[in-house]
Amino acid sequence: MTWVTFSALFGHWRRNPLQLFTLLTGLALATALWSGVQAINAEARASYDAAAATLGEGQFDRLKRRDGQPISEETYVKLRRNGWLVSPVIEGRLDGVRIVGIDPLTAPGRLAPTAMTGASSFADFIAGRIIAAPDVTLAGAILDPSVAPGTAIADIGTVQRLLDRRDEIDTLIVAPIQPQGQKSLRDFAPDLTRQVAQSGSDIWRLTDSFHLNLTAFGLLSFAVGIFIVHGAIGLAFEQRRGTVRTLRALGVPLRLVVILMGAELLGLAVVAGAIGVGLGYVIAGALLPDVAATLRGLYGAEIAGTLQLRPIWGLTGMGISVGGTVVAAGGALLKLSRMPLLAGAQPRALAVVAGRGRKIQAIIAAGLLLIAGMLAVVGGGVVTGFALLGALLLGAALSLPLILSVILSAASGRAKGVISGWFWADTRLQIPGLSLALMALLLAMAANIGVSTMVSSFRLTFVGFLDQRLTSELYVTTENATQAAAFATFAQTRADAVLPILTTQVSIASVPTELYGNKDHATFRNNWKFLSAASDPWDLVQKEGAILINEQLSRRAKLLIGDTVQVGNAAFSIAGIYGDYGNPVGQAIIAREAFQSLFPTIKAVRFGLRLPPENVEKFVSDLEQNIGVPAADTINQAAIKAFSLGVFDRTFTVTTALNVLTLGVAGFAILMSLLTLTAMRVPQLAPAWAMGLTRRNLGALELLRTVMLALFTAVIALPLGLALAWVLLAVVNVAAFGWRLPMYLFPADYARLGGFAILAAVIAAIWPALRLARTPPSDLLKVFSNER
Amino acid sequence: MNAKLICLLIWLPLASIAQGFAGLGDSAEGFSIPTPNPTFSFPADAGAHPDYKIEWWYITANLQDEQGSDYGLQWTLFRSALASRDGDGWSAPQLWMGHAAVTTPSAHFVTERLGRGGIGQAGVTADPFNAWIDEWTFSDDQLTAYGPDFGFNMRFGDLGPTIFHGENGYSVKSETGQASYYYSKPFMDISGTLALPEGDIAVTGQAWFDREWSSQPLGNDQTGWDWFSLSFDDGTKLMGFQLRGNSTYTSATWIDPDGTTTALDNGAFQARPLDTAQVAGRSVPTTWRVTLPAKSVDVTAQAINDNAWMATSVPYWEGPIRIRGSHTGRGYLEMTGY
Repeated sequence: MTWVTFSALFGHWRRNPLQLFTLLTGLALATALWSGVQAINAEARASYDAAAATLGEGQFDRLKRRDGQPISEETYVKLRRNGWLVSPVIEGRLDGVRIVGIDPLTAPGRLAPTAMTGASSFADFIAGRIIAAPDVTLAGAILDPSVAPGTAIADIGTVQRLLDRRDEIDTLIVAPIQPQGQKSLRDFAPDLTRQVAQSGSDIWRLTDSFHLNLTAFGLLSFAVGIFIVHGAIGLAFEQRRGTVRTLRALGVPLRLVVILMGAELLGLAVVAGAIGVGLGYVIAGALLPDVAATLRGLYGAEIAGTLQLRPIWGLTGMGISVGGTVVAAGGALLKLSRMPLLAGAQPRALAVVAGRGRKIQAIIAAGLLLIAGMLAVVGGGVVTGFALLGALLLGAALSLPLILSVILSAASGRAKGVISGWFWADTRLQIPGLSLALMALLLAMAANIGVSTMVSSFRLTFVGFLDQRLTSELYVTTENATQAAAFATFAQTRADAVLPILTTQVSIASVPTELYGNKDHATFRNNWKFLSAASDPWDLVQKEGAILINEQLSRRAKLLIGDTVQVGNAAFSIAGIYGDYGNPVGQAIIAREAFQSLFPTIKAVRFGLRLPPENVEKFVSDLEQNIGVPAADTINQAAIKAFSLGVFDRTFTVTTALNVLTLGVAGFAILMSLLTLTAMRVPQLAPAWAMGLTRRNLGALELLRTVMLALFTAVIALPLGLALAWVLLAVVNVAAFGWRLPMYLFPADYARLGGFAILAAVIAAIWPALRLARTPPSDLLKVFSNER
Repeated sequence: MNAKLICLLIWLPLASIAQGFAGLGDSAEGFSIPTPNPTFSFPADAGAHPDYKIEWWYITANLQDEQGSDYGLQWTLFRSALASRDGDGWSAPQLWMGHAAVTTPSAHFVTERLGRGGIGQAGVTADPFNAWIDEWTFSDDQLTAYGPDFGFNMRFGDLGPTIFHGENGYSVKSETGQASYYYSKPFMDISGTLALPEGDIAVTGQAWFDREWSSQPLGNDQTGWDWFSLSFDDGTKLMGFQLRGNSTYTSATWIDPDGTTTALDNGAFQARPLDTAQVAGRSVPTTWRVTLPAKSVDVTAQAINDNAWMATSVPYWEGPIRIRGSHTGRGYLEMTGY
């Protein structure tokens, strides 16, 4: 009996292959987007773990020279012999590969064993063996997946030799446990400064925000998919009421029917989940190189550019597919189990559901929007920001059918003529059936508007910021104070202006800060923009001993214009706060003279140069010949800008791809809703046809209706998307990065997007409209002959 | 004092930890090998011998505070060579390891340091004698070491005579002839301060300094050893060890108060476990019966603190002991391969 019952129930899908397709595709797409994003996140996390394991990034305090120059081996030994358990690290690039030199004997924690277990022995390592991440091609290197992506590791002596930097050390890692009786660093190595490992270092904080963004995207796509699935399952259950009644009348227990239908859905969920995980892997593989480039460019975090199959996200993908189906089908199964044995077998008109259900929906939507409003006022961390986003989007989606109903009632009230009156009333009747698809469209459009506004605002701000900060045409790094002096003399006559970059690490109001001593020059006066400033801030800096601080320092230490801060033994009044995008740490600027009196031993070794852009090339080659500064130590301003913008364009690629995918899913939802509605609507259209409307007219009206609904939805999506952008820029960004981005509007982009949305709706509606226009007259007639 | 072969072990496990202590039997290709009837030359031989694979400077001391409580102290510098040459900079194939420990009746403190030769972080100069790794030093008048939770700063008084083990310092380790150069200063007066969590403690006592170097000191089947340095109350001393393998190989040196030595061949010295303790998840014999019929020695050696476990890169047991029986006194016990 079980088998017969099952085949009777399953026969529904055979008769309605389109529904089956909708269900499977919706679920598979939802799972694919979700698991694709998870795959990217899992890959990135694995990369961070490898980085932490091989380089101890963020785990340990580090010692560096205040002037940024390399530490000598003599200093290293002096530290060890004064009871400082430190370990030397040197880093550079070899054939385009980042190579890190460590001393395996003194490296703390897991650093050394990771580099030496397995493939290479300790003696080989000391003798010059290079151990590299699997994605690195370096002659003679042994590959080891536990090494951070894009990185090779070798003994410090080996790396010094390969980079031709004998006797040089870049940083000293400070072991977390130090012995008793240690002498103070100030007494014997005053030129070193200690950088405290930040619990959850900057890289973690920044990348976490990026991944949270991706996760939100994934979740949103999944929600859109679940809307589709819910619709498909609901429809299938409604249509099978007759079958269920007949089966039960024949004596099949209700329990068995419910179990069989549940099992059937579970099977479908597993199939769809498997397809989705496979698709997700493809999506992740396609997007990962861009994500990797973005993370590397924005935050300096290395993640592998290739995807490894990790069972964990495959399993979570299946889990979410099954879980999503359970959520989507739970209500339908419950309804079925409560259905009286001989209840009416006809599918209830979907519109009738309205009534009480709509009230509940309105209350929930209002509640969610209220929560969103409250969260926006309260503000707080990144998580709050995302909770706010969730409440806002869900609340808006749920209120969409209500808003559309109101609009349509208003329109039908003003309608003149029979056809337009019927058109508005009939459109209103379709809202419940189309609402899930329209919600999906709303969410997809809002996400599109919000994310693209954020990214474009970011880009615009950043380009302005680059123009402001990278004013010098050329930046030159010299090896030491002697070469710096020779360079200054050399450049004096050949450049319009030489701007020495004096910098050191200090702590201002307990925030680690890069302090700069700036020369008084028009370059700064003309180009710097301030978020807030006293009048003539540069005059105050140069003449009154004031200080300028970046936004990060201002927010973290809660400093405002006019406050006084202590640097060393001098006090400075804050004259200006400037935007400093992309910089995780605090920064401050004082006058060059003030800097020199505070830190007399620090000499500038880096310089900014003003000269006509066409002279840059010749200057660089002259510099190499006369002073011996290699071209590699000069940075062309144009190159920096191109690089920075390249990073942003990569970010765009990722967001655009996700945007297109979500919009595609929404379009698919509309298509499927319309297709299923078309079949059901024949009885409603037959009277209109009988009264003289041609089938062609009916089809055209159907198309018009869809376009109109898409247009309304697009109009509603615009404020929602802007609200989303505001939350991302003013709440999530501040929490994650420490700066707030100004929000720019891009009306042309929004108009284009609206056009695309309507286009998607038209494409989705053409087929159903054509089908309607081609409905055989006999089918329409049957409506009257078959007394239902 | 072949028990101090641990040095090599720190490097071997990195390549093949599974070999364990048996790995000490590896070949000595390219390195010098100890030969019988050596002539030592001082102060040069107090310094390093980079053409030998392994070498150590090893101090153990039995100490007492003013109340008469027993303390043990260990300071060791091991040298291990990857190749039989010296050199400057990171490419020097000489690696150094320091171990320091203080044992009280109720606690055991231990710490370890590793360092590279060739850059000055660790090394030994012969004249004036100075052995160091990081801020730890051992010179003719001073001995210091610091860990996260303890430290010591000791001074030497009278250094006493130098004695040579085996045949004039040529100490055989197995029936197949593996050997090392081995001499000691077992009568060094020492006093100073132990910095312990409960505060500084002034202590005084006698230290035993061992010097040993070789290139292939164990037989292939030998997996561990038990080494004893016994200082009897009558002024005589006994160094004895047994190497555990297919058969047990023993060797000992009897030292009179004036430094006169008697070398005792395989079998003369006997040590048998009487009781074991659970230490670091293993069963370790911390009470022994030690006999040397030739000198009428029949004593029980018992650990002052059973938990003297050296939780270092290659772990072992090393701690002070009390001696009772035909002779009384104090001493040090080292056990490996458990």
